[in-house]
Amino acid sequence: MPELTRNGIVIDDTFAEAFPMRGTAIVVTAVNEHWAMEAARSFTGFATSVIACGCEAAIARVLSPNETPDGRPGVRILIFAMSTDGLAKQLATRLGQCILTSPSSACYADLDSDTKIDLGSAIRYFADGWQISKKFGGKHYWRMPVMEGEFLCEARTGVTKEAVGGGNLLFLAGSASQAMAAAEAAVRAIRKVPDVILPFPGGVVRSGSKVGGKYKGMMASTNDAFCPTLKGVTNSALGPDIGSVLEIVIDGLTYAAVADAMRVGLKAVVDLGPQEGALRVTAGNYGGKLGPHHFHLKDLAP
Amino acid sequence: MSGLTFTLKAEPNQRLDLSSLVPGRLDGLSEMAIAVLPIGTTKELLVVGDLFDIALGDTASIRLEGGSERFDRVGEGLSAGAVHVEGDVGFRAGRAMTGGTLTIAGSAGPHAGSGMSGGTITIAGDAGERLGGPLAGEMAGMSGGLIRVLGSAGPRAGDKLRRGTILVAGDAGEHAGSRMIAGTLVVGGRAGPGAGRLMKRGTLVLAGGADGLSPTFLDNGPADLLILGLMAKAFSGSAIGMPLITGAPMRRYGGDTAVLGKGEVFVPLA
Repeated sequence: MPELTRNGIVIDDTFAEAFPMRGTAIVVTAVNEHWAMEAARSFTGFATSVIACGCEAAIARVLSPNETPDGRPGVRILIFAMSTDGLAKQLATRLGQCILTSPSSACYADLDSDTKIDLGSAIRYFADGWQISKKFGGKHYWRMPVMEGEFLCEARTGVTKEAVGGGNLLFLAGSASQAMAAAEAAVRAIRKVPDVILPFPGGVVRSGSKVGGKYKGMMASTNDAFCPTLKGVTNSALGPDIGSVLEIVIDGLTYAAVADAMRVGLKAVVDLGPQEGALRVTAGNYGGKLGPHHFHLKDLAP
Repeated sequence: MSGLTFTLKAEPNQRLDLSSLVPGRLDGLSEMAIAVLPIGTTKELLVVGDLFDIALGDTASIRLEGGSERFDRVGEGLSAGAVHVEGDVGFRAGRAMTGGTLTIAGSAGPHAGSGMSGGTITIAGDAGERLGGPLAGEMAGMSGGLIRVLGSAGPRAGDKLRRGTILVAGDAGEHAGSRMIAGTLVVGGRAGPGAGRLMKRGTLVLAGGADGLSPTFLDNGPADLLILGLMAKAFSGSAIGMPLITGAPMRRYGGDTAVLGKGEVFVPLA
């Protein structure tokens, strides 16, 4: 495979293959940042991959009180799914079980779009007839009496069909600690990019997958070509100097946001250098036949 | 291009029906055609040209220079564009509006905004009785949009309000928010006796308190609710510019339990 080198790190001439997704953004606020984070962590739990979670979601960033609709601390959450219906179902379920239940929380839409899905409108019947609809200032809210006081939630949120899921970078390093250092550097840089999330734990995935497997019914199985313990016994993509590989996966509200995230992530790893971090960077794809969005590393390299 | 302007020549000697002077109904008409539009309401024929000097302009923006409490039905049925009155108006200003903006530099008579479903009415002076309310026999009053009254409102402001927002900077007369079905009525001053009488749902915020609520309203105690803060922020913002409430906790009463009882009245804590 042709390649280029930056700061001693080999960058494969390949591309990340990504897919169209449906996405939305919400803002969760609470009496303080601690409780806003509790609600958001609960909401975004078990949302690493659509393979088994139904959606991919994560905290995009922490918001200061002057950035939120009600002037309290909050967080912005992005959530993605493969269909609008699937997104609506996941949003409603997680809202009802994780944000409604969290003390002092309130929830607001944070994406404008002509296409909308229910937010508070989906769970208002929990109030058993005591729900109150309020429309003013171009906004529509639902108020639901709860034991603590009142849960306030915007009625609907916008959905984008321009979302992109599955942008990725693979960091190939001499050891697990070096791979970790590279991945962490990329995550720190990407978390400053707006409109993207890294849905895996801490933004990093160690068990990258290939499509299908030898066992019937497996949608995905371990990416054996990148498993260091299988070097020599499988059709490995790893050279003798590679001892560990970590991946980051990026979902974004737009193609440009994902490209920006990959660009800054790649730069962070290149800046870290091969001694501290990765020896080689590549990306995952399926030959270009499955996903319409191709992010070529040579276009994103610093 | 400036707007189409009607300048009042003299105080009218009869009540006027000015419902024809709205954007959309004057498009493409010549000055002569506009001048002969009938506006009288008695057997004595009265046309636009008898009372107004006309300065042609953009019909999406209509300006009445001068007003009178005999200017009835100003902006009635307005769906888009703007109507401005530099003076007082009579009854039914902005009735059945679906969009656009109506601004009245003076005061308005009864039934301003009656049955409106969209748009914004601003009344710099006072509003007469039954602000936004239905006419006799109608099932509901205002069902959308925004009414801003910078002065005070007469009796039964927001009668049978179904949806939308009414903001009154001054006081409200007796029975403010009577028979409300839903929606929001905020009174910056004090409300007269019988506020919220027979309201089913909806929100009545009486920032200056009320002269006695019906005993069929039940005290829910102090309420520190986010919605009060959001309303305070929305109403004080530049788009509306009426900081009638602060968002601080208020005392909430539920009612009117003489009917459905799912409405709420907020009054100051103390």
